[in-house]
Amino acid sequence: MNIHEYQAKQIFQKYGVPTPRGIIATTVDEAVKAAEELGGEVWVVKAQIHAGGRGLGGGVKLAKSIDEAKELADEILGMTLVTHQTGPEGKLVNKVYIEEGANIEDELYLSVVLDRAAEMPIIMASTEGGMDIETVAEKTPEKIIKIAIDPAFGFQGYHGRELVFGLGITDKNLQKKMMQFAAKLYKLYMENDAEMIEINPLIRTAEGDYMALDGKMGFDDSALGRHPDIEAMRDISEEDADEREASKYGLSYIALDGEIGCMVNGAGLAMGTMDTINYMGGTPANFLDVGGSANAETVAKAFEIILKNPKVKAIFVNIFGGIVRCDRIANGILEATKMVDVNVPVIVRLDGTNAAEAAVILDNAHIDNVISATDLGDGAKKAVEAAKGVK
Amino acid sequence: MSILVNKDTKVIVQGFTGKEGTFHAEQCLAYGTDIVGGVTPSKGGQEHLGKPVFNTVKEAVEATGATVSMVFVPPAFVADAVMEAAAAGIELAVIITEGAPVRDMQAAKAAATKSGMMTIGPNCPGVITADECKIGIMPGNIFKKGNVGLISKSGTLTYEGANQVCNVGYGITTAVGIGGDPIIGLSYKQLLQMFQDDADTEAIVMIGEIGGDLEIQAAQYIKANITKPVVAFIAGQTAPAGKRMGHAGAIISGSAGTAKEKMDALEAVGVRVVVSPAEIGKAVKEVLTK
Repeated sequence: MNIHEYQAKQIFQKYGVPTPRGIIATTVDEAVKAAEELGGEVWVVKAQIHAGGRGLGGGVKLAKSIDEAKELADEILGMTLVTHQTGPEGKLVNKVYIEEGANIEDELYLSVVLDRAAEMPIIMASTEGGMDIETVAEKTPEKIIKIAIDPAFGFQGYHGRELVFGLGITDKNLQKKMMQFAAKLYKLYMENDAEMIEINPLIRTAEGDYMALDGKMGFDDSALGRHPDIEAMRDISEEDADEREASKYGLSYIALDGEIGCMVNGAGLAMGTMDTINYMGGTPANFLDVGGSANAETVAKAFEIILKNPKVKAIFVNIFGGIVRCDRIANGILEATKMVDVNVPVIVRLDGTNAAEAAVILDNAHIDNVISATDLGDGAKKAVEAAKGVK
Repeated sequence: MSILVNKDTKVIVQGFTGKEGTFHAEQCLAYGTDIVGGVTPSKGGQEHLGKPVFNTVKEAVEATGATVSMVFVPPAFVADAVMEAAAAGIELAVIITEGAPVRDMQAAKAAATKSGMMTIGPNCPGVITADECKIGIMPGNIFKKGNVGLISKSGTLTYEGANQVCNVGYGITTAVGIGGDPIIGLSYKQLLQMFQDDADTEAIVMIGEIGGDLEIQAAQYIKANITKPVVAFIAGQTAPAGKRMGHAGAIISGSAGTAKEKMDALEAVGVRVVVSPAEIGKAVKEVLTK
C-alpha cells in the first residue's frame, strides 16, 4: 500500500526526520487559510496523488503571495494530472499540500528499500538529488551508495560514516545531522513494516539543515494488520475500483487490453495462461488469480468482474488444483451461471485435486456455453478460437 | 535417489489441527509421507489423524525424531514457528503459509541460517519426491516417478510442469516449489546443484517469473556448474510493466526484472527456454532424446 507525500511527512515528523512545515487542503479556502497560517513569503502548492513526476506534469508550483497561492490551489485542485507514472488517463487531484518555501543549497537522494539478494534493508543515497534515480543508476551507477543494514544488529556508527563520506560531506555538524537523519529513517522503516521510503530530493538548506522536501512511502500489505494507523491512511480513490472490489473476495485482479477473460489459480499459472493465450494468437483481457480459498461465491464474483469488461469475448477458466479444490470451482461455475448472466463462451480446464469430482459436477449440469478443455494448450487454443467466433 | 526428502523422512506439522493443516496432513499421509506427529500449542497430549499432538516443536522432535517440519500456522505466527523449528534442531522447514510479513521472514530466515536449518517457501506448494514423500499441498497423483527434477516459484506452474513431464512419458525425481515472496529459503542455485549431484535426475525444469533477479543468478550458476540439460519457462511476458514493482525497488537488482531479460540470460547459457508453459513437456522430451 502506498500513501501520499503529506502522510509520509507526518510519519517523518513523528520520528524527528526534518521536513518543511505544511498543511493539507481539500478546498481553495482551506489552502488560503493554510498559507496564512504557515506565514512567510513563499509557498509551494503540491498536488497529492500516488505518482511521481508531479512537478513536470504541472502539479507542483511556487506561490509568492497569498493571492497566487489561492490561484494555484484553484488551478491544481480538481485538475487531471498526467505524469509518466499515471498513464495517459492521468489522476484527479483531490488534495493539495501547502508547504513553506525552503532555501535550497543542495539536493541529495536517500531511500530505504529491501535488497532481495542481501535479504536485508539497504540505504541508498546519491549526490544526484532531484533526478530520477533509475536514470542515475543507468548513466552514473558509481554515484549511488548502497549500505546494507542487518536488522538483528540495527543501524551502527559505521553505516552512518559510510553514508556521509560516500556523499562527500565534510562539515562535522552536517555529518552528524545526516547520520541522525538516516538512523531515524531506518528506524521508521523497520517499525512501520515499510516496503520502501524514498526522499528525492533531500535538501540542504541555506540555514545548514537537511530536510525531506519530498517523501514517498510504500508498505508491506501482509503487515498492515499490525499497523491500524497506517491502514487508516489508505486512500481508496487512488486504487482501481475493480481491483479493490476483487480483493474483498480474495481475488487478485488486474485489467488488461485484450479479449479473453482469464480465471486462474495461482499468480504464476495466471501469468502463464496469459502468455499462452498470447502465444496462440489471442489477447488476454485480464490477470485474475482466484487465490487459495476459492469457493462458489468468489468464483461467481470473478465472473462478474471479468464480464464488466465489454471487450471480453470468451473466458478461459484454467485451474490446476492444489489448495484450490476443483469441485469447489465447478460448483462456483454453476452458481455463477445462476447469479451472473454469462453470455460468452466459457472454456474450462480443471486438473489436480478433486478434478474427477469436478468433471462429474459439470457434466451433470449440462450448460450450453461451457466448453471443456483437456490441457492448458488445448484450453488456450479453444479460448482464442471462441473469441474469434470460430466454432 | 532424490533430493531433500524421501520415504524415510520423518515429518511433523506445525499448525497440525487447523483447517488447512488437517486437510493437507491427511492428503500427505494418504500419499505415504511419514508424518509422525504435529504441534499445536495447548493441544499437547491429544491425538489428531491418529498421530500425537505436542505443545512444542522441541517435545515433538524429542519424542519422534522428526527432521522436517511442514508449517501451516497463520501468517502472523510464521516467523515464531520457523524460529522454534530451528531452535529444536529441525533440518528443513517447509513453509506453506501465504501472507507472512517480509520483515518477519527476514528475521526467520536469518535465525534458520544461523541454526543450519534449510527452509522452503513461504507461500509455496512444498516439496515432493515422487511415490515416496509429499510435504505440501500439491496434488500428489500427478507426480509419477522419473528422472526430471523440477524447481518453481509458482505453485500451480509446478503442477502444470510436472503433469506435462509425465504426459510425455517421463517422470519426476523431486519437485520443489520455492515460492515467489521477496525473501525465500532454498532457491534455484542450491537446488540446481542438488539435482546436478543426484544420480537419478537427468534433466531439470526451472520455472520462474518476473521480479527480482534469482533467475539471472541461476543462469550464471548454470554456466559454471550445471552440466545436465535445463528447460526453463519464465511467467509474465505479457504482464503489464511496473504494476507491482516499487520505484526504488526496481534498481536494486540492476535490472527491471522482466521476463524477456531472464529468458535471454538463460538462453545465453544454453538453457532450453520455452515461451508458453504448454511447451514444457515437449521441450523436456527434446533435451532428453538429443
